[in-house]
Amino acid sequence: MLLPGMIFLFIFSYIPMFGIIMAFQDYIPAKGLLGSEFVGFDHFTYMFSLPDIGQIFSNTIVIALGKIVLGTLMAIVFSILLNEVRIKLLKKSIQTVVYLPHFLSWVVLASVVLNMFNLDGTVNQILTFFGFEKLNFLGSNKLFQPLIIGTDVWKEFGFNSIVYLAAITAIDPGLHEAAGIDGANWWKRVWHITLPGMLPIILLLAILSLPNILNAGFDQIYNLYSPMVYETGDILDTYVYRIGLIGREYSFGTAVGLFKSLIGLVLILSANNAAKKYTDRKLF
Amino acid sequence: MVQNKTFSARLGKVIIYAIVILLGLICLLPLWNIVAISFSSSEAVAANAVGLTPINFTTKAYTMIMQDGQFWRSFSISIQRVILSLIINMILIVLMAYPLSKSKRNFRGRNIYMNLIIFAMLFNGGMIPTYLVVKNLDLLNTIWSLVLPGAVQIFSIILVMNFFIGVPKSLEEAAIMDGANPWQILIKVYIPISLPALATVALFSIVGNWNDFFSGLIYMTKVSNYPIMTYIQSLSIDIQDILKAGANSSQLENIMEVSNRNLNAAKIVISTIPLLLIYPILQKYFITGIVVGSVKE
Repeated sequence: MLLPGMIFLFIFSYIPMFGIIMAFQDYIPAKGLLGSEFVGFDHFTYMFSLPDIGQIFSNTIVIALGKIVLGTLMAIVFSILLNEVRIKLLKKSIQTVVYLPHFLSWVVLASVVLNMFNLDGTVNQILTFFGFEKLNFLGSNKLFQPLIIGTDVWKEFGFNSIVYLAAITAIDPGLHEAAGIDGANWWKRVWHITLPGMLPIILLLAILSLPNILNAGFDQIYNLYSPMVYETGDILDTYVYRIGLIGREYSFGTAVGLFKSLIGLVLILSANNAAKKYTDRKLF
Repeated sequence: MVQNKTFSARLGKVIIYAIVILLGLICLLPLWNIVAISFSSSEAVAANAVGLTPINFTTKAYTMIMQDGQFWRSFSISIQRVILSLIINMILIVLMAYPLSKSKRNFRGRNIYMNLIIFAMLFNGGMIPTYLVVKNLDLLNTIWSLVLPGAVQIFSIILVMNFFIGVPKSLEEAAIMDGANPWQILIKVYIPISLPALATVALFSIVGNWNDFFSGLIYMTKVSNYPIMTYIQSLSIDIQDILKAGANSSQLENIMEVSNRNLNAAKIVISTIPLLLIYPILQKYFITGIVVGSVKE
């Protein structure tokens, strides 16, 4: 039963791994993998000597970390608040609506974001209404990262709240009743019962999200960025695409990609071990 | 929860309801704005006057799309891709998840396969080597370049496997007593019982394939072979090209004004309809599916 799947896995996952050799070669498509000349770690040393590379790394990490931290916070707060909604129909409709953006492509959502945030877009109309200056969100190196992080949180917070809502439902309602009788108000009950009850799952998801620290989201940035914001918007994945595939620097692109994969691999293995150690659960 | 009838508690409730409703609106209204734009006249759109109701209501954009051959070609490529991928993904998910859900005692070598699969999930050759494999297999510009590289959905396999592990052993034993072979057990016991998990991964497959623009971008060299999202993405490229030539933002504004934004909005609306059609059907399943399958004790 496993055979068909394993064949596909071999062709499209394991054979490309052999292609990694080209990171250590001066790969020339006409000569192929076997004929190209080996250059050792030249591409890697070149990578670290580039002036942009530090900027690209820090962009990647800042954007990814911002998404993880703000996205988690937002999902937790939203699930706690939604849990208080007792009107079933209202709760259901809100859930349906907030899960929706998760299922839409960044190609579609990029147009939505452009509509909201361009110079005459809704957000700037609101800003001018209240007497503020117009902001050039998509063309400003200062505003581009907050825009990317904010719109990603907007897209995903609803969907991420599913797991937290499940965790809240699993908390014994008796605890809330007892605390209520003891005179604890809503804030106190959230602080002393709901949040500690959610803590294991929050911890687990936080640990497991760390390997994504180098995945700042290719689709989103590719659809929203422009040369005006390369300085703060370029991440490792977009860089590999531009240099490697568009610029046909196959070897160099592969070297950068390999570097990213290796760090990701180390991070995910450590995260899985940490999760097993601290929360007694794991991903695989 | 104990009902606290004091004034402050009620005020708190009102505030909570208001915030939650507001968040719901923040998710809904930007999407609705696109719908309103698609039904507005291009002058109104260019003036950024459209809010939540169409201005100078017109269906002109939609009638124009009717004559856009490339739009419908891309649309049908995406439909084909989704159906082919769904069939292949689901068959492979079930076929791989079932043996892997057996214990090491019942299936020797299980851990070897498991490790191979997990390694492939965690580590890959990257964009460029994968592209070269697809190219060397002569799959460029065929629908198979969109379907086959994603044939094995490893995350989904693990999710379904965890669901299978949770199925009571006695069910399988009873089936064996009745003389069922592994295929019959899989088809008659495991698959019917696992519908929530299977619906979840089916949703992932459909959504992932429909939304993906990137494989179309790298594996298709002819625009006529673009799937729908790559086609829509390419609409914005004109603007990107001019930007790359070094235009400033006021020039960008001019370009946006002459381009048919309401037409693009209408294309986006139509391309989203297939997702909106399956979404309500699968929504009731994916919540259970995700909660049960995502994390292993």
